[in-house]
Amino acid sequence: MARSEAERAAVRAGIAVGVATGAYGISFGALSVAAGLDFWQTVVLSSVMFTGGSQFALVGVLASGGLAAGPAAIASAVLLGSRNALYSIRMSPIIGSGLLRRIAAAWITIDESTAVATAQTEPRAQRLGFWVTGLAVFVGWNAMTAVGALIGDQLGDVRQYGLDAAAAAAFLGLLWPRLREVQPIAVAVGAAVVATVLTPVVPSGLPVLAAALVAVLVGAFNWFSRPAETLRAAASADARAGNRDTAAGTAAEAPDSSGSAESDTDRSIATGAGHAGEEDR
Amino acid sequence: MTAWHIVLLASIACAAIKLIGYAVPPAVLEKPAPARIANLLTVALLSALIAVQTLGQAATIVLDARVPALLVAALLFALRVPFIVVVIAAAAVAAAIRAFV
Repeated sequence: MARSEAERAAVRAGIAVGVATGAYGISFGALSVAAGLDFWQTVVLSSVMFTGGSQFALVGVLASGGLAAGPAAIASAVLLGSRNALYSIRMSPIIGSGLLRRIAAAWITIDESTAVATAQTEPRAQRLGFWVTGLAVFVGWNAMTAVGALIGDQLGDVRQYGLDAAAAAAFLGLLWPRLREVQPIAVAVGAAVVATVLTPVVPSGLPVLAAALVAVLVGAFNWFSRPAETLRAAASADARAGNRDTAAGTAAEAPDSSGSAESDTDRSIATGAGHAGEEDR
Repeated sequence: MTAWHIVLLASIACAAIKLIGYAVPPAVLEKPAPARIANLLTVALLSALIAVQTLGQAATIVLDARVPALLVAALLFALRVPFIVVVIAAAAVAAAIRAFV
């Protein structure tokens, strides 16, 4: 079964992404144990939840607010994980039919697998890229999370190693590629201000949830959106910028130049996955 | 609520969200408002988490080694340095400041 060059490229990208995210799983394991969860709870998070941003959000809220902040921790993780539903909708036609296959695909539908898949142009390479990336990340992420959870107890204060700053930097890495238009930048600034101002006032976890309302308001009324003319110019600029990105980000924006309203929406989803891509963990 | 309740509820909910996406028709993405809100929601949550993770200390706001670490991370992301390198660099900056300053 000879594979085309495009299919081999998709496999290479997937494995590379899996190795890189595995390295980062150690810090999640250590932070989770430091937040008060035990080894098996950490293992369940990485294997069942399996979406790095939500996992870091959950243990972050628990670390500052303890078990009392449980509901807020769950809500933060779920809301942040809602972007995976967009990826699922996008991957759905690529994955094809079959109940078991679709359940398995859903399990590994994350930033990375969606990014590598949507970066490919051939349908077979898209499908292969999705499965290889999802499985490589699943294996690497879970193995290294377990290692981090095991050595976490011996590490002592994780702040000593800057792991708290590493978590903040990881969130920034997910956010960075989404800040290419006025509207998301306005939302990011507003959300950061709301969360910071509320931190001394309301219980742990709630500042982050309150900040989510900024997105709902701005999105519902479409504030800070630029005229279509500017948006189209920005879209092609994005596509050019995207091509300098990592391998997985490359082809994601290719069909965007048409610039209609639908494809703009579509593009922003592809861009979110494409750029956030290798960076979820 | 025990730690297991929190872990299981959140894990199952996050897994269910992924499944829901495969159950709805792809045409949903063609409606601009829901897709826009969903994308902005990710932006708002990430930004709020960065703020709390960088400035929060229990229920107070503090400026410490995390702030310069995050600034270094922002600079490196702007220079298109790979994700994993930036995360390690941010940890190293915070660790070094705490060890030597």
